[in-house]
Amino acid sequence: MEERRGNVQNIEQRSEMKKVREKTQKKRSNEEDEEDQFFNSKPAEKDDDDDDLSDSEDSVYSGLEDSGSDSEDEEDEKEEGSLDDENDDDDNDSQSQQTAVKKSKNKNAEVIEEKEKKEDEYEHDTSDEEDIRNTVGNIPMEWYKDFPHIGYDLDGKKIYKPIRNKDELDEFLDKMENPDYWRTVHDKQTGADVVLSDEQVDLVNRLQKGQFGDLNFNEYQPSVDFFTKDVMIHPVTNRPADKRSFIPSLIEKEKVSKLVHAIKMGWIKPRRVEDDSKGRYYDLWANEDSSLLAKHRMHLPAPKIPLPGHEESYNPPPEYLFTDEERSLWEQQDPSDRKLPFVPKKFSNLRQVPAFPRFIHERFERCLDLYLCPRQRKMRVNVNPEDLIPKLPKPKDLQPFPTTQSLVYQGHSGLVRSISVSPSGQWLASGSDDGSVKLWEVCSSRCMKTVQVGGAVKSVAWNPNQSVCLLAVALESVVLILSPSLGDKQVISASERLLTGQQEEGLSEGSDPVVWSDVEGEELNQGIRIKITHPKAVHQVTWHAKGDYLASVMPDHSSHLQVFIHQVRRRRSQNPFRKNKGLVQCVSFHPIRPYFFVATQRSVRIYNLVKQEMTKKLQANSKWISSIAVHPGGDHVISGSYDCRLSWFDLDLSTKPYKMLRHHKKAVRSVAYHRSYPLFASASDDGSVIVCHGTVYNDLLQNPLIVPVKVLRGHTITHDLGVLDVKFHPTQPWIFSSGADATIRLFT
Amino acid sequence: MGGIQKKKFERGAATNYITRNRARKKLQLSLPDFRRLCILKGIYPHEPKHKKKVNKGSTAPRTFYLLKDIRFLLHEPIVGKFREYKIFVRKLKKAYGKTEWSAVERLRENKPTYKLDHIIKERYPSFIDALRDIDDALCMCFLFSTFARTGKCHVQTIKLCRRLTVEWMNFVITARALQKVFISIKGIYYQADVMGQLITWVVPYQFSHDHPTDVDYRVMATFTELYTTLLGFVNFRLYHSLNLVYPPKIDSKAESELKEDHEEDYAMNSESYSEKLAALSASLARVVSTEEEDVQLDQFPAEGEDMEKMEAREKEQKQLEAQKKIFEGLKFFLNREVPRESLAFVIRCFGGMVSWDKSVCIGSTYDVTDETITHQIVDRPNIDKQYINRYYIQPQWVYDCVNAKMLLPVEDYFLGVTLPPHLSPFVEEKEGDYVPPDRLKIMALQKGEKPAQEDEGEEEEEEEDEEEEEEDEDEEEEEEEEAEEKNLKKMEEQRSQGKSLQVKVTAGKVKAENRARLEQEEKAEEKRLAIMMMKKREKYLYDKIMFGKKRKIREANKLAAKRKAYDDAEKAKKKKARK
Repeated sequence: MEERRGNVQNIEQRSEMKKVREKTQKKRSNEEDEEDQFFNSKPAEKDDDDDDLSDSEDSVYSGLEDSGSDSEDEEDEKEEGSLDDENDDDDNDSQSQQTAVKKSKNKNAEVIEEKEKKEDEYEHDTSDEEDIRNTVGNIPMEWYKDFPHIGYDLDGKKIYKPIRNKDELDEFLDKMENPDYWRTVHDKQTGADVVLSDEQVDLVNRLQKGQFGDLNFNEYQPSVDFFTKDVMIHPVTNRPADKRSFIPSLIEKEKVSKLVHAIKMGWIKPRRVEDDSKGRYYDLWANEDSSLLAKHRMHLPAPKIPLPGHEESYNPPPEYLFTDEERSLWEQQDPSDRKLPFVPKKFSNLRQVPAFPRFIHERFERCLDLYLCPRQRKMRVNVNPEDLIPKLPKPKDLQPFPTTQSLVYQGHSGLVRSISVSPSGQWLASGSDDGSVKLWEVCSSRCMKTVQVGGAVKSVAWNPNQSVCLLAVALESVVLILSPSLGDKQVISASERLLTGQQEEGLSEGSDPVVWSDVEGEELNQGIRIKITHPKAVHQVTWHAKGDYLASVMPDHSSHLQVFIHQVRRRRSQNPFRKNKGLVQCVSFHPIRPYFFVATQRSVRIYNLVKQEMTKKLQANSKWISSIAVHPGGDHVISGSYDCRLSWFDLDLSTKPYKMLRHHKKAVRSVAYHRSYPLFASASDDGSVIVCHGTVYNDLLQNPLIVPVKVLRGHTITHDLGVLDVKFHPTQPWIFSSGADATIRLFT
Repeated sequence: MGGIQKKKFERGAATNYITRNRARKKLQLSLPDFRRLCILKGIYPHEPKHKKKVNKGSTAPRTFYLLKDIRFLLHEPIVGKFREYKIFVRKLKKAYGKTEWSAVERLRENKPTYKLDHIIKERYPSFIDALRDIDDALCMCFLFSTFARTGKCHVQTIKLCRRLTVEWMNFVITARALQKVFISIKGIYYQADVMGQLITWVVPYQFSHDHPTDVDYRVMATFTELYTTLLGFVNFRLYHSLNLVYPPKIDSKAESELKEDHEEDYAMNSESYSEKLAALSASLARVVSTEEEDVQLDQFPAEGEDMEKMEAREKEQKQLEAQKKIFEGLKFFLNREVPRESLAFVIRCFGGMVSWDKSVCIGSTYDVTDETITHQIVDRPNIDKQYINRYYIQPQWVYDCVNAKMLLPVEDYFLGVTLPPHLSPFVEEKEGDYVPPDRLKIMALQKGEKPAQEDEGEEEEEEEDEEEEEEDEDEEEEEEEEAEEKNLKKMEEQRSQGKSLQVKVTAGKVKAENRARLEQEEKAEEKRLAIMMMKKREKYLYDKIMFGKKRKIREANKLAAKRKAYDDAEKAKKKKARK
């Protein structure tokens, strides 16, 4: 509101000024424009000063800053701008000064001017009559609503409102009828209606458009630089150069000295010369130094990447492609277990081959291997497997030994546990689980005699004495002595004599655990002569080499009554041991000297029968000894065990086995030495008999040479039992074996 | 007693090794720097013989370095450079933080750099050492040169790799050193004989890489840094050994031939020369221009056997020379769909002339319309316009020829024909290994035998069958024996049971005593018996070796069976088709 009011006021003033100007223009038509404007400006300024203080202050600077002022001020500026288009930048003071200078310059014009000036001022003063200025100030005029007056003029008189107040109807009529209604403005301060002149309307329009109020004002005047761009010979100011411009700067000196110091100290380095030697190659190995090579540290070169095989080809032979099974297997496998790190693929032409997705991976893994993988020098075993096989004498050179199965003795219906060959080598006795002892002629494989003993026969043993023909048979808890009455009549009678001679002395003993008794009746007819009844089941019988003594074994954990030695001639039995030293497996007499071998579970004990003491204890290094055999020389013992081993003891060497042989796949059941040839054999549950050549040298320094020479197979495995017993022919290099398949076989 | 008590782990193996962390502390380096140093200096962990002793009684998994190696690293000047670089980075960061741009600029200018020349010299004291180890360098550089020029590593590195690999290929072409090529599903393997060293490298196919995320490119970049230096020096030396100009220049004569009107179409002026080199179509300039002369073996006066040997050697030499020139006089033209670089490289290595369409690459020397072209290599099912006087063959022919060291018959490689399998030339068949029949065919061709088309395959099969039969024979005979025995047993049983046999006299078969066979059996038994007498440890080793051998045989048999099944199926198919 106020602003508007101010506007209106200004407009009024303008109109007044315009009038004045018109008048003056008429008067001094021949005067210069400049001056005219100059004069005109004066009263306007004054008016502004009157208006309010803040405005006037603005107007002082308005000439300097065109853009900064309000729209109200712009009006003032126009006039002022038109005033001082030459000296825009100067103060009002300088303006006045200049005008003063100008005045002094043209004096003749001045006189007239002054006159006119006076007239103007006067006029201006006189024109005050219309100026009924309200002096109430900047207050809401509503306050005077109820009063007849509207304020006070300069003289302090009331300004009265116009007499008749227009009502709405009047207003409307006025609007309809009065052609000047649109340019009629209500002055609130005086309450009078003012009709704007054409110029004033024009001015309002121009201002609304944002244009200059003055029509004649040229917005785009050519700018005139105050300072020329050309260098003049004279300085703008005549001030002499400062002294400091001739003296070296202290601050700069300080800075420079700092830099110099920093360079001296090496803190700042001079700009590096661009080193282009990087990436330039030369002959690095021009002077190869062999000493360098020697100095080089222990280096394990990385192994090269293995070269690709056929399966990596883009078009491999069809056999290298995976089948469905292989492919699914490959997919299931852990990447580290896979044989190939990729699946072989076939493409029909080169253009179809895609990029390998793991190429970068593989390079990267190679890099990792090169710098992260611990290296170790590993000696590759580069052995020809043939070289590992020991050089042994050829079996051909070690002949004779049994090589082929030549005869099969059939007749038993149960497994044949034990066989024995007569010392002459003509007869063979066999005892079987079917309760019979059969006597065979070796050469013809004919069964000469069958003796039903009525119980599973555990062991049979032919008397080694050539001059008698006796057979010891162990079954259940008895040992029978048979006289098979085969061969010479002399021999038969000799054996009969041996048996009968014993009779008288045998009667004398009564409270023995072992009972000797003669056999009568049917059994006597069969050839059974003597029955030796034991307290427990007998497992083995064996003869002394002389043929007079007989040992029997009754394995029992808890008793010391395990071994009996019987003397046939005197019908006497004795128990050589007072103490139980473990489960006795088998016993054997020394072939020459009075020694007695007792095999317990883990060890073999050797007793001197004369001195009645133990001389040696052999550690067999096996879990469970099954059988032993003594070399005819008496210095070597072999023992077979149920854990597939055969140990060879050299009695002179050590109590530990000289050699362990693990030829069999299953338990070794029986071992045997040949009486004259350097052969020994072992029979096992795997159905094989292995014949080895074991030369024993007379020279004590030379160790026996053991060479396996033949694996004999023939027995079939029944009930997990193979060969149960093996015996050599006393004179020929033949071997007999009895098996669980109820046969006896002769290998020659 | 008395004396100073010995403490554990103060002597012996424990003092020779050092764990990685302790090594790092000793060198005062961060882990990445330590890694880089190890890569550059070729220091790797060692696996101690007694890990527990070295690890001071603990069995925790640790990597051990030799203490000597680490001491050796202590005096490495490059360690100082690493520290300098660390400081440089710190300063630069500080300057950035303070927005002191002038300082940043100054620091940038003084960025510390290092050279690896002395390391190369130290790691490879002689040139042969360097050549021996160049396989990995080549593989890596070839891989890096196929990377896109953005992203994974510096453009400079990629450019350098490309330059070096092109130099290497140009050298191999000039030296005619290439021996074997193999197109695998991974890439193309090449093997060259350079100064008596067999060098193998693999080049990936020309596709953009799908960069994996689980790969540390810094490690690869460090390796590449070392390898580019190594390869550069090796190239230099190799070029000079052939009197070639290094860096390589195209022979002036060839260059004039290559001159073309619109070189700008292919590359910018600055790059066109290197591109021309990379095209591999022009020979290189020599320091001393020499006409190719045949190397004659010096004749030494020799007598008798030596003379024969000499002659044999001479013959061999001649053969080798001939093998190096199998493509001599042939003119190849590559269609746009075949791998240009690989084929151009291989053909030029063996003396052929090669060109391609102008729009494919710079450096083509003649056009498709050239009447003198003998072979056009095409990899599409058929081609519209065919010239009469040239063979249209698939690219595999070139590679197979190189591997067979002779020109193979082109009939198998015509357009649209099912290609014969591409075999790896790196497989050396030992006795007992499986040899694919295709390989046998090529071997027969090499010996100069004429392929008898269809029959041959059958013959081979028969041969195979025979072999198998032989294998089977042992078993069969054993079986026979068993059968006989059974018969005997039966008869015996019958006899023992007292049954009246249906007595019938049949003419007895005369058993042919196969003496050789018997001997063999005897020997086998001897061996079996001797094996029984082996010591436990040796037996174990022997069993292991034999197991390996048996497995090999088993695998070979499996492959043979697979092949047979495949061939049978093919035959059946053919028969069906005929009907």
